[in-house]
Amino acid sequence: MTQLLLFNVFNGLIVGAFYALMALGLSLILNLSGVINFAHGGFLAIGAYLAYTLIPYVGFWGALLIAPILTAMIGLLVERFLIRRLYQRDPLYSLLLTFGLAYILEDGTRLIWGAQSLPYVIPDWLTSPLSSEYFFLTGYRLFMVVLVAVAVGALFYILSRTRLGMRIRAGTADLETVSVLGVNVRLLRNLNFGLGIYLAGLAGVLAAGMLGLDPTIGSTLIMPSFVAIIVGGLGSLPGTLLGGLLIGVVSGITTVYFPSASEAVMYVMMGVVLLVRPRGLLGEEGRLQ
Amino acid sequence: MSALTRQRLSLALIWLALLTMPYWMNAIGGYTELGTRVLVLGLAAMALNFLLGFTGVLSFGHAAYFGLGAYGAGMAIKYLAPSTPLSIVIGVVLGTLAGAIIGALIVKLRGVYFAMVTIAFAQVFFFIAIRWNAVTGGDDGLTGWHRHALNLGFGKIDILNNDKAFYYLVLVLFAIAVSLMALLLRSPFGRTLLAIRENERRARFLGLPIEQHIWLSFVISCLFASLAGTLFALLSNFIDPHSLHWSQSGNFVIMAVLGGMRSFWGPLVGAAIFVVLQDYVSSHTANWMSIIGLFFVLVVMFFPRGVLGMLRRKAKS
Repeated sequence: MTQLLLFNVFNGLIVGAFYALMALGLSLILNLSGVINFAHGGFLAIGAYLAYTLIPYVGFWGALLIAPILTAMIGLLVERFLIRRLYQRDPLYSLLLTFGLAYILEDGTRLIWGAQSLPYVIPDWLTSPLSSEYFFLTGYRLFMVVLVAVAVGALFYILSRTRLGMRIRAGTADLETVSVLGVNVRLLRNLNFGLGIYLAGLAGVLAAGMLGLDPTIGSTLIMPSFVAIIVGGLGSLPGTLLGGLLIGVVSGITTVYFPSASEAVMYVMMGVVLLVRPRGLLGEEGRLQ
Repeated sequence: MSALTRQRLSLALIWLALLTMPYWMNAIGGYTELGTRVLVLGLAAMALNFLLGFTGVLSFGHAAYFGLGAYGAGMAIKYLAPSTPLSIVIGVVLGTLAGAIIGALIVKLRGVYFAMVTIAFAQVFFFIAIRWNAVTGGDDGLTGWHRHALNLGFGKIDILNNDKAFYYLVLVLFAIAVSLMALLLRSPFGRTLLAIRENERRARFLGLPIEQHIWLSFVISCLFASLAGTLFALLSNFIDPHSLHWSQSGNFVIMAVLGGMRSFWGPLVGAAIFVVLQDYVSSHTANWMSIIGLFFVLVVMFFPRGVLGMLRRKAKS
């Protein structure tokens, strides 16, 4: 029983790490540009499938490096030619646009790579369990946790130490002032969008090794990411990270006792958070309006 | 022609078209069921627009209440009693109740955050429908039931086998629902909603209880959306869990935007275009998702005011 529980907690932690990576990207875009990027799951799928295509040429590590960057470049183009035009309008329109994009990306991956699940090959030495008692601790799972930790660390480093990151944070607080101070806000939003999509692509490459490749991989991961943002607190990136891990673990634990409620439990949690602490666990006050 | 006569004329035209729809639908290549679907989804989109266009609150989760109405109706017939009116009542009560509870939780949120929370909440019901196999039929949907003939005491109306009779039942309920919505919008309550839409802060300074109004508007909107849901279930005698999925919520919003959010009848026009397009595209290509997605993008980019919004603008200039 303990083993089963441990297994599911660990599993939940990994799934939660995906949610968090996705949700961090969504949060970045939402905070700076006020856009709910429904197509985020579609970008995740693109990242996963690009990695699949690249592996025969550049190997596992090369794909891990290149696929998210290519995905981010697609993201930059989408922002430049579509989403940018809608910043001045009601958020309804960008929501509908990304909604349509989500359809197109999902169907596009199905068209290019086929509707069947594809096998995703990871290096042999990563697949074997590290200990016979804790069979679920394979190298790949551990590797994912480390990689997500590194990625999140790098993100927070960029945001707090580099010029770009400081501008993103400043723009989140008050975009107009940042613009008046001579920062190119269009470029800033563009790069910020690309950064968010990079995270989605990275999550996609990692998820492919864990969950397998399927055109619907993105749309199954996007809703929990929304929940992660709301639970963690709107406007707070550490909150988003916490929210993602938390719902992953809670959903993992629920799998042990009441498997059919493993998805619904996240939403119950969200309801409780909204009832008790409407701004979310680490959310700033006054962000809600 | 004065604005008032033009308005009355177009109103008369709309009702005339709706009343005679089963008789010309086949001639233009459609079928009665398609007309009923337009009416049902149009009602759902108009219900959403009560909130979206007339209160200025962006709900992106109306599939939940639509789907709850559908499941309520289907389950009432399957497990409770073979009565069509009872199933409608139960479906509406279920959807409205859920709307009232969730509405109370989220009424303080605004704008894009409100949208996100409504999206996320709508998914609960989707997962319940998918996972609670024994009761909801899970992924396969709720089957093994059908609508029953209406018993009026002095005689029966066979709405089960007669498509046209069912169409007119839907039309009667549609007429009642939209008349109620129109009356509500004309009342002081409705005017207050418009005031909130135009300038929430000013309305608040006037001492209006904003949260109460938005909550009530949300609940009313959920009520009519769940009514549409019950009719949708009765129409197909089957419930697909995807009627609860977030893609369905997006479809309602695009119908409202496509027809024109700021006009009362806009969503019905949008629903007609969307339903016919979806029917056509999904029977002609497997890649209907791309086409519908592209349609979303094109509407947002080039057609944000919707059909009626454009017409009205033309009429003014």
